[in-house]
Amino acid sequence: MSDATNLIQLEHVYRYYGHTCALNDVSISVGKGEVLGLLGPNGAGKSTTMQIISGNLAPSAGQVWVNGIDLLDQPTAAKAGLGYLPDQPPLYRELSVDEYLQFCARLNRIPAAQHRTAIATAKERCGLTEVGRRLIGNLSKGYQQRVGIAQAIIHAPAVVILDEPTVGLDPLQMREIRALIRELRSEHSIILSTHILPEVQAVCDRVQIISDGKLVLNDSIEGLQLRMRASSLLVGLRRSPAIGELQQLPGVEAVEAVGDDAWRLHYRPEHNPAEQLAVEAARQDWGLYELIPERMSLEQVFVDITRSDPTEHGEGAAA
Amino acid sequence: MIWNIASHELRRLFLSPLAWSILAVEQLILAWLFLAGLDNYLALQPRLAMMQGAPGVTQLVVTNLLGWAAIILLFAVPMLTMRLISEERRGQTLSLLLSAPVSMTEIVLGKFLGVTVFFLILVGMVGLMPLSLLAGGTIDFGTYAAGILGVALLTASFVAVGVFMSTLTVQPAIAAVSTFGALLGFWIINWTSADRSGEFSGLFGYISILSHYQSLLKGVFNSSDVIYYLLFIVTFIVLSIRRLDADRLQH
Repeated sequence: MSDATNLIQLEHVYRYYGHTCALNDVSISVGKGEVLGLLGPNGAGKSTTMQIISGNLAPSAGQVWVNGIDLLDQPTAAKAGLGYLPDQPPLYRELSVDEYLQFCARLNRIPAAQHRTAIATAKERCGLTEVGRRLIGNLSKGYQQRVGIAQAIIHAPAVVILDEPTVGLDPLQMREIRALIRELRSEHSIILSTHILPEVQAVCDRVQIISDGKLVLNDSIEGLQLRMRASSLLVGLRRSPAIGELQQLPGVEAVEAVGDDAWRLHYRPEHNPAEQLAVEAARQDWGLYELIPERMSLEQVFVDITRSDPTEHGEGAAA
Repeated sequence: MIWNIASHELRRLFLSPLAWSILAVEQLILAWLFLAGLDNYLALQPRLAMMQGAPGVTQLVVTNLLGWAAIILLFAVPMLTMRLISEERRGQTLSLLLSAPVSMTEIVLGKFLGVTVFFLILVGMVGLMPLSLLAGGTIDFGTYAAGILGVALLTASFVAVGVFMSTLTVQPAIAAVSTFGALLGFWIINWTSADRSGEFSGLFGYISILSHYQSLLKGVFNSSDVIYYLLFIVTFIVLSIRRLDADRLQH
């Protein structure tokens, strides 16, 4: 059932394209003031999910609530609380920025008296004040993207949906757009889809990973960072003992030789043998000169999750 | 909201050189035809003066002009309606409308209205030409009004077909070709032998978009003709709404 605290709620949504199943039992919820990152490889179903939330596509099965209003029963009322930036910003190239935003303001039923302030605010937030009179077609890609975002926030919607907002931008523009997203989070809930992992770390509170149309992970950024925590140690020993002795240490699962006197120790996450290793090394004079906990990168976690069997991460999908 | 979308559509039309060139070419050609028609009338006038119940200037010149206007509209309408939905789909701007709090009905009606208003401007400009005859004589205002009403209804029907064809495809060119084909089909459907003798004569005659226009051009205001056009427009608009709505479901 629709939950009052969740601005967006998808329940058991399926979507088929012909016989292909693009979304398979996806459930998503976004609370107030939350930034949700929707992560997944290309073709995983991110855009399909966003199109469904924005009302551009109807789900084959399942339900969608926006702000407690059923999107399928009352599309017009539900869409009033939504701002959507598709992966290609929906811009009319022959209009100027001001004309375009004026049309968007009318389209979103902003009362005529408030048009001027709404447009000014949106332009200011997206750094468009200088280019109001220029034609959209003549703007650079980064600015066009900003116009797209301005269009999505002009009516101060409760939820802003951004589909790959930084794709195709140069690193500087990417940083600006991310800064803008961080700024928006104070007033809007945001759903952001991307396949750029650092972006998720930079702006999101929570992450849901979609792979092959299924939700395989639903976690907070902290949780994700926990997953990134090491499960291996890189150890350098001047006078290495036999490999068996290292294997004897509590918690160590496997030992792998890296060089002449360096080893990689794999261990179970709950048993970090670092302390024990240091004690042993000092006691038996192994000549410990290096002890590095290896961190998994977000990439590795991502690859790990999207490649492995989703049932292993069933707790995420069921959330 | 319908008017917002319509005015947006109208503004974008006038931002493109296509709309201006259509207005210009149409005006030029019809002005020439009007002059030629007037010239013919003046040549015939001595003979007409001797006939009893001879057709007047309105029947000969104005009716002729509006008949030509319909033919030119047949070519012009598909060029402007083709881009209505299909180009938005192609440029992916359609999602702006679809994710805004507006209904499909409002989108379709807005687009229909925007282009219809454009062509009514054109019809208005054509309608001014016969009024110049007032400088040297009088015209039959009843016939004139029926003719203008006819051409306006005809235009709106053309646009409705164009909107529908545009919802069917992503390629504006395909929309244009199929609109033109459909309109021409409705134009000539009663040109069969069945129309004169066969069992479908009544049906084909009724479906034909031209036969209703011709009776209005003659100055015969028959409500069944007006109802025909209204039904025609409503049918294609409803089809367009259904088609656009189905976009969300299929693929």
